Order: sequence, then C-alpha cells, then structure tokens
Amino acid sequence: MKDGLKYIFKKRAELIVIYVFLGVVALTCLFPLLWMFGSSLKTQATVFSDPSLIPARPEWRNYYLAWTKGEFGIYFLNSVFYTAIVVFGIIIVSSLAAYGFSRLKFPGNNFLFAMFLAAMMIPLPGSFVPLYVLVNNIRKVLLNTLSAVSPQLAHIMPAGFVQQSNGFILNQVFPRSAYVFCMINVGLSLSIYILKTFFDKMPKELEDAARIDGCSKLGIWRHVALPLAKPAIAVITIFNSLNVWNEYILAQLILSSKETMPLQRGLIVFQGMHVTDYPLLMAGMTMTAIPIIIIYLIFQKYIIKGITAGALVG
Amino acid sequence: MPSLKFKTQNVKLKPKTQSFLRKTFNFKFQLYALRLQLYTFCALSLVILISGCGGGGGSSGQPKATITAWHWMTDRDSIFNELAERYEEKTGVAVKFELYAPSDSYTQKVRAAAQAGTLPDIYGLLAEKRDFASFIIAGHVANLNPEMEADSSVWKNEFFSRAIAVNEFLPDNEFKVEPGIYGVPLDVMNIQMLYNKDLLKEAGIKKPPKTWEEFLAAGAKLKERGIQGLVSGWGEVWMIDCFASNYAFNIMGEDKVMQTIKGEITYTDPDWVSVFALFKEMADNGLLYNGIVTMVNKTAEQLFANNKAAFAFNGSWCVNVYAGMNPNLNYGAMFPPSHGIYPLKIWGGAGSSLLVNNRSLVKNEAIEFLKWLSSPEQQAYLADATKNLPANKNCLAKISPILSEFSAAMEETTHPNIWPVHEFPQVIEAFDKGIQAIIIGEKTAQQVAEDVQKIKERELAKKNKS
Amino acid sequence: MKIKSTLANYLFVLPAVVIFGVFYIYPFLKVFQLSLMEWDGILPTMQFVGMSNFKEIMQDKIWWNSMWQAGYITLIALTFQNCLALLLALACDREIKAGNFFRVIFFIPPILSEVVVGLIWQWILDGNYGILNTTLHNLGLSALVHNWLSDPKTALTCIAVVHSWKGFGWGFIILLAGLQTIPRQLYEAAKVDGAGSWHVFTKITLPLMVPVFSMVIILTILGSMQVFVLIVSMVGQGLVHHTDVPVLRILASMTGSSRFGYACAQGIIFGLVLIIVSFTQKKLSERIRQV
Repeated sequence: MKDGLKYIFKKRAELIVIYVFLGVVALTCLFPLLWMFGSSLKTQATVFSDPSLIPARPEWRNYYLAWTKGEFGIYFLNSVFYTAIVVFGIIIVSSLAAYGFSRLKFPGNNFLFAMFLAAMMIPLPGSFVPLYVLVNNIRKVLLNTLSAVSPQLAHIMPAGFVQQSNGFILNQVFPRSAYVFCMINVGLSLSIYILKTFFDKMPKELEDAARIDGCSKLGIWRHVALPLAKPAIAVITIFNSLNVWNEYILAQLILSSKETMPLQRGLIVFQGMHVTDYPLLMAGMTMTAIPIIIIYLIFQKYIIKGITAGALVG
Repeated sequence: MPSLKFKTQNVKLKPKTQSFLRKTFNFKFQLYALRLQLYTFCALSLVILISGCGGGGGSSGQPKATITAWHWMTDRDSIFNELAERYEEKTGVAVKFELYAPSDSYTQKVRAAAQAGTLPDIYGLLAEKRDFASFIIAGHVANLNPEMEADSSVWKNEFFSRAIAVNEFLPDNEFKVEPGIYGVPLDVMNIQMLYNKDLLKEAGIKKPPKTWEEFLAAGAKLKERGIQGLVSGWGEVWMIDCFASNYAFNIMGEDKVMQTIKGEITYTDPDWVSVFALFKEMADNGLLYNGIVTMVNKTAEQLFANNKAAFAFNGSWCVNVYAGMNPNLNYGAMFPPSHGIYPLKIWGGAGSSLLVNNRSLVKNEAIEFLKWLSSPEQQAYLADATKNLPANKNCLAKISPILSEFSAAMEETTHPNIWPVHEFPQVIEAFDKGIQAIIIGEKTAQQVAEDVQKIKERELAKKNKS
Repeated sequence: MKIKSTLANYLFVLPAVVIFGVFYIYPFLKVFQLSLMEWDGILPTMQFVGMSNFKEIMQDKIWWNSMWQAGYITLIALTFQNCLALLLALACDREIKAGNFFRVIFFIPPILSEVVVGLIWQWILDGNYGILNTTLHNLGLSALVHNWLSDPKTALTCIAVVHSWKGFGWGFIILLAGLQTIPRQLYEAAKVDGAGSWHVFTKITLPLMVPVFSMVIILTILGSMQVFVLIVSMVGQGLVHHTDVPVLRILASMTGSSRFGYACAQGIIFGLVLIIVSFTQKKLSERIRQV
C-alpha cells in the first residue's frame, strides 16, 4: 500500500517537473509572439514607450493599413503560388531521388548522393552573379525562339493574341518558373538527405510484398514508400514552406516586376533606409506568420500520426 | 508479418498474371498520371493568379517611350511613382520605378545586372567611389558633363556644390576615369549632433557644449544625474569612421589627413593617436551610451527619441524619424564640439543620386527626365513629402527649423567620396574596429594606431607589387 | 532487361540531377573559377592570380578567428539546443495533456523573423534598461549586471544562446518524429521486464535514434556554422571582431572591400571545412551504430 502511494507520488512529481519545464520553455516562445502582436496594435509613438504588452487602446486599423499599404493582396497570392508549387515540386523530385538512392541499384549511386550531400554543405556566396547571368541567358534564348516562332504563329492566330501571349510568357511565366526552379534547387539537397535517412530506416518487407504482388517500381514508390514516409514528408514540407515563404533575396534577384514578387516584398515597404514603421511592420509580420502556423498545424499531425504507422511497421 | 494486411490496404495490387509489358506500361501510365496532376495543379494556380492580377497595368494608349528606373529608397517609392505619373501626363514618356530593398540586396541585384548587361535606364549606386569608378570604366554610366555644362552650366549650378562633387570625377583622378559628372543628386544630407534640451536642463547644463572641454564636462554632469550621454549607430561602423574623420580634420587639418591616406604620414603620428584617444576620453567621462559599440542606428534613434540619452550623433534624416517616434521631443541640432585648431568638417553631400545607363536605348529621354526631377518644383515636392533636404539650392521647400540648421551647415561638409585620394577598405576596417576596441577598453589608442599602420603598410606593399 | 531496369532506376534521380546540374553545378564552377581571380565584381576584366587568394586566406587571422567563433556557436547549439530539443521531444513523446499545444508553441521561434528576435533580445540584454539586468539587480546579483552584447566575454555566448533558442524547434520536431517511429511494444516489453526509465532510454531509445541524432547533428552544424542574419540583427556589424563569423567575413570581402575573387575563395574554404566536419561526424555515427 505504502509502495503504491510512493509510486503515485513519484509519478505525480515527475509529471509536475515535466509540466513546469514545458511551461517555462513555452513561455519564452510565446512571449515574442505576443510582443509582436501587441506592438502591431500600438502607434509609432507608443511602440517603444508603452510598456504594456497589449495596449489599452488597440489600433486595429494597423492591420488594414499594413494590408493596403504593403499591397499584400497580390503578394499574398504570389507567395501561396510559389510555396505550393515549390514544396510540391521538392516533395516529388526529392522523394523520387531519395527512394532511388536508398533502394535502387545503379552505377554512380553513391557518388551522386555524395554530390548532393556536399552541395548541402557548401554555401555559394558569390553564386548570385552566375545564377542571374544564367537565368538571363535562358531568357534571351527564349526571346529569340519566340520572335522566330511568332511570325509563323501569326498566320494561324490573331497577331494581337500572339503578341500578348509572348509578353505573358516573357514577363510572367518565365520569371516565375525560373524562380520556382531556383527555389526547388535550394531545398533539394536537404530534403533528399532527410528522406533518404528515413527510407533507409524503413523495413523492406512491405516493398517486397508489393513487388511480389506485381507492383512496378514507381508504384511501390507511390503507394508504399510515400505513404510510409509521411512523417518525413511532413518535416520537409514544413521546412521548405517556411523557407520559401520567408525567401526574399533570390526573389528580388530573379523576379523583375512587382506583380511577380512574394509576400516579403510587402514587408520591405515598412523598413525604410531611415524610418521603420514598427507597428505596421509588426502587423505585416503577424499576418505573414499566420499561414505558416497553419501549415505547421496541419503537417505536424502527420509527424505524430507516425505513431501508429511506426508501431505497425515494427 | 501480421501487420502487412493493414498496411497494404491502399496499395493497388495487380494480379500476378500481368505481363512485363503491362508493368512497363503501368510505369509510364503512372508517370503520366503524376504529370497530369502536376499540370492541373499548376494550371489551377495560374488561373487563380491571373484572375487575381486583374489584367495589371492597362494604361490608355502607348507611351512615347518607357524608361525603367531601379532604386532602393523604400520610403520614397510611392512618391516616385506619383512623380512618374505626372511626368507621363506632361510629356507622354512613361517612367517605371522598380524598388529593390534593403540596400544590400539592391546592391547585389545591380552588380549582377551589370554582369548580365541588363541594367535599367536609370539606377542608383550605393557604393564607394572606387566601385563607382569601376561601373564607369565598364561602360555602365553615362557622362552627364555635356548636359550639366550646357548653356553656361545652368543645370549644374542649380545644385549644392557638395552634392555634385560626390558624383564628379576630376581630371587626373586616381581611378583614371574620364573626368565628368556621372550622377544627378536628388537630395543632400549631413551628419551632426543633436541634444535633448530637457535632459541637459535636468543635469544643469545651460548651453550645448561648443568645445571638447565643455563636452567632457557635460559628460561628468550627466553621469552624476545618471543620464546616458551620446547615442549613435556605432554598431554600423561607418558612423564611427564619420565621427573620427570629423576630428581628424579638426585636429590635423585636411592636408595632413590626405597625406596620411597617400601614405606619406603614418597613423602612429601623435595627431592620429590623439584622434583615437578622443574615444577613450568620451568613454571615461561617461559620455557614451552603455552598449554604443553594438548599437544599430535605428536603436540609437529610438533611444534618443524616447529621452533616454542626452546627445545623438546622427544625420539630417533623423528629423523625420524623431517626429514619427516622439512628436514632443524637445531637442536641437549642434555642430560637434571643436577640439583642435583646424576647421571641423562634418560628413555630408548627396544623400542619394541617380545615374543614367550609358547603354540605355532611351538615354536622352532618361536624362530629360532627371532634369525634370531635379528642377525646383519636383525637388520641393520630394523634400516636402520625404522631409529630406533638396539637392537643388534654388528650391524653396518649407523645412522645419531644425532641418534648416542642418541645411545651414551644408557648406561645412566633406565626404570621402569627394577627397582626391581614398583609403584601402582593409585599413578603414582596422581603423573603425580599432576604435570599437578602444571604447570597450580592450586596446589603447597607441596600440590601435600601430595596428592600423601595420595594415596600411601591408596594403601599400601589395599595391606596389602589382 | 537488366539494362532497362538500371535505366529505369536512373529515371528516379534524373529530375533531381537535372535541376541540380543547371542551378547548382554551373554557379559552383563559376565560383570556383572566380576564386582563382582578382576581381572587384564589376569590371569586365579580371586578373588570373592562381592560388594566391587561397594562400592569403591561410594567413588571414580574422578569417580563421571567425571560423573558430562559428565553431563555438555550433558547439553551444549542439549541446544546449539539442539537449533542450531532446528533453522536450521526450516529454512530448509521452501521453501528456496539452501535448498538441506544446508542439505548436515550440515551433514559434523558428517562424519568427530575425528582426523581431533581434529587437526583443536587444531589449532583454540591454546594458541600461534590459530586463535581464533589472532582474539580476532585484535578485541581489548586482555583481553580474553588465552590458551583455558589448562585452567580448559574453557577446558571442549570448548570440549562441539566442540562436539555440531560435533553432531548437527544428531539432524538436525531427527528434519527435524519430521517437514516434519507435515501436511502443518495445517500451512495454521492457517495462514488463522491470526496466527503469533510464534503462529504457539508454538501451532502447538511444540506439534506435542514432540515425536521427546523426541527422539532427548535421543539420545543427550546417545551420549554426552559417548563422549571420541573427548576428546582424543583434549586434549590427559586430563588436570589434568578437562576433564575426565566416559568412559575414565573406560578405565583407564581397561588397565591403569589393574583392569578389577572394570572397569566392573564402566560400570554397568554408565549404571544405563544413564537408570535412560533417563527413567525420557521419562516419563517427556509423561506427557508433555498428557498436
């Protein structure tokens, strides 16, 4: 009886320690978010002088101002577009490659994987110049092809339409896809590495069974490997979403018109050379953080759902 | 494997009888299916996007010409666009301003575009004179001398001389650039000191200090009352350089500073050591804000605006910043307290300038536009809207009393970009970082002087070798 | 048929290799070529100087000092950040109430912009009005009160701690994902055998987690060695050279002193150091796994 009580007491104490620990860390994480939110409701004059976390007279108008002044509408759509396409592309390309590196035999397998690993580690600080030159050269080739093809096309289609669609390809489709490919490249090595680590750990029995049942390699990748890799895919989705969502340097380098820019371009408006509009910046940042939090909320569940999958796999 | 049944539920199993052919077909089919998914996804997003764009800029009628301009001035973007609209209405020439910011990222874009040959018709450079020269030598910048000096220099004479000097290359310059004016200044700025009237009164200081002794004495009084002294963005080291160069001119005179840069006088010269020692004196007298060495200027501005420091060392843009943060701030501008016998020169010149691309297809139109932009009417509009000092001296903008104090000091300014000789970047780094080390008490003035001289000699030797 | 199958295998890695080849290999070769040049990044002409950039780097004391400082930040991140991440992951791996809540909260720091993090921590660590100093003062520890970010003794450690705080969320979710894949039956079996929690941890959890640890360690090394935005947002251009890290040095040579070729050479040396460290780590963890 005494032992039982002692056991319960010990358990309780353990739990309390755990909760206190979790609570303290959670508090340090929560505070900056609250501060950011609180500052977004202050004015430029009170943002550093008003010590209260949430001001007595919140300026909700800041959100409206930030949204319109930063022209968030268009940038928001752009960011959603880039994030969705890049993350989707990375998942497909990297899971195919990681599966290949982990399970399939071909000459040069190890060498190619080592190359990706090395790329993950070498930061190329000067690479923005060659990258920009490269993208522009591709654009020139595209321009030449288009101007060579358009006279022929003009025979079958109205000239105005041809001209318009050429402009659309050059000013919208091309810069956007160039940016998407650059961003896929940025996230590729790391995603391949994470997924390969995961695939290596996965038991082979399921795949063997599927193979015996007549599933093709691609079928196994699609129907066995991918579903099992959900936790890892969730990790790379979160990682890459955050990366693309917050990316600005490369966007600025490759994209040349405002209409194609992502969300971070909207935040720049509040950070002048000399004047920073802190309340609007914080309002903009709060709005920018929300979609990422939602993505995280959705995908972290898959990480946790690994419980059942993992239990069954063993 | 008891778990297999559960897990393979969603695996599409094919009967064993299927032939190899079927399998490869299946492989291809799935690839197609995958692609189809991808395509529909892309197409859908595109549709959403285009409908979101709503056609974009469908201006009525074709403009006569279109000029593209790149800039980094976030706070001026909407004003530029407004001016561009007015210009198009007036002349039929469209000007498209594209903002790339922050400045580091803008610089990267401009440098990459210079390599690819895709620089716009008009752009600005955020660079030292050396890099400016390289852009000119590479053929990216148009020489505006003919236009500036046409009709007995009407255009040139509209500007403050300092604003032009920053963009000018004199005959026989050290970079071997063809002499001329290569940029159009938009505004001017200079860097002075500000003092908080309330805090000085609280500490019993009646007048803002005029001499170094008075300044140090003020420091002692402030320290007694527990008031912090000077704030400035000395975590952005160029502002340290700026402060030090003010006093270098003040203590040894312009000629000696230039001789040092040429390498004829060493940094271990007693005059230079006493320039370094000024920072020690300020630190010892409690004049420097605790933590000034890692402070960025925006933090410094926030502290001064909230009455947390008695003095600030800051540029003319600060008037606008303080007005936003604390409209009731009771402060004044002052010339830095003098220490030596030579005239003290503060940093100043063109705040921002725009250049014309020499390879631009609309070069003449671009120059015409800049002429229009720098004329009094537009300058007044720009100055009013951004609270900057106009570069055009004939422009009568309504400026606040403190801003006019800055404006009055415009003739007392100098800037490394107008000096005939230029210091090595490595030496400047050692110089500025050395001063930080003095402030935190890590090194003495003498040690820093020796360190800087060592780097100077190393760079001189390297230069002579090549 | 064998060939056909091998070719099909290649198709799996083909898209990745193509994207990589175009957008990485080409810039890489270009950077390599530039590292052998003396070039200001603007002029159309550049001067071939062979290995002289690399020779100069070998004697660049500020550069190697910055490398050690990045190493120091990494060391703190490896211990402090990863211990924190592991403890939190272990706590959240149990069946606790509000587990979902904590999982979300711990991911806030990685989402936050460096601007916000820099502002907040500057405010906490400020030498005059900082929360930390005020708290220390109130606790009667006035002797400890000082200017955290402007003192060479504490500046880098403060940066490392803030970096660890900002980054532990990543380690946390990856470790949690790893922990969740450990079959529950193993724990239950161990419990039936009467094993204590420490025993379970060392005999079951740790061995099974070696590949995940190895991954988290590599990611921590890469992330910490390359940290720089956070440093800029906390101490601007730095406290003398006490807060310099390699990436900041590279940027300084690239735009500060306009030595593009030298910057490229620095980038390559930096990459080599990272590769050596990461591969050593990988080999080590493979050996541990075998044992």
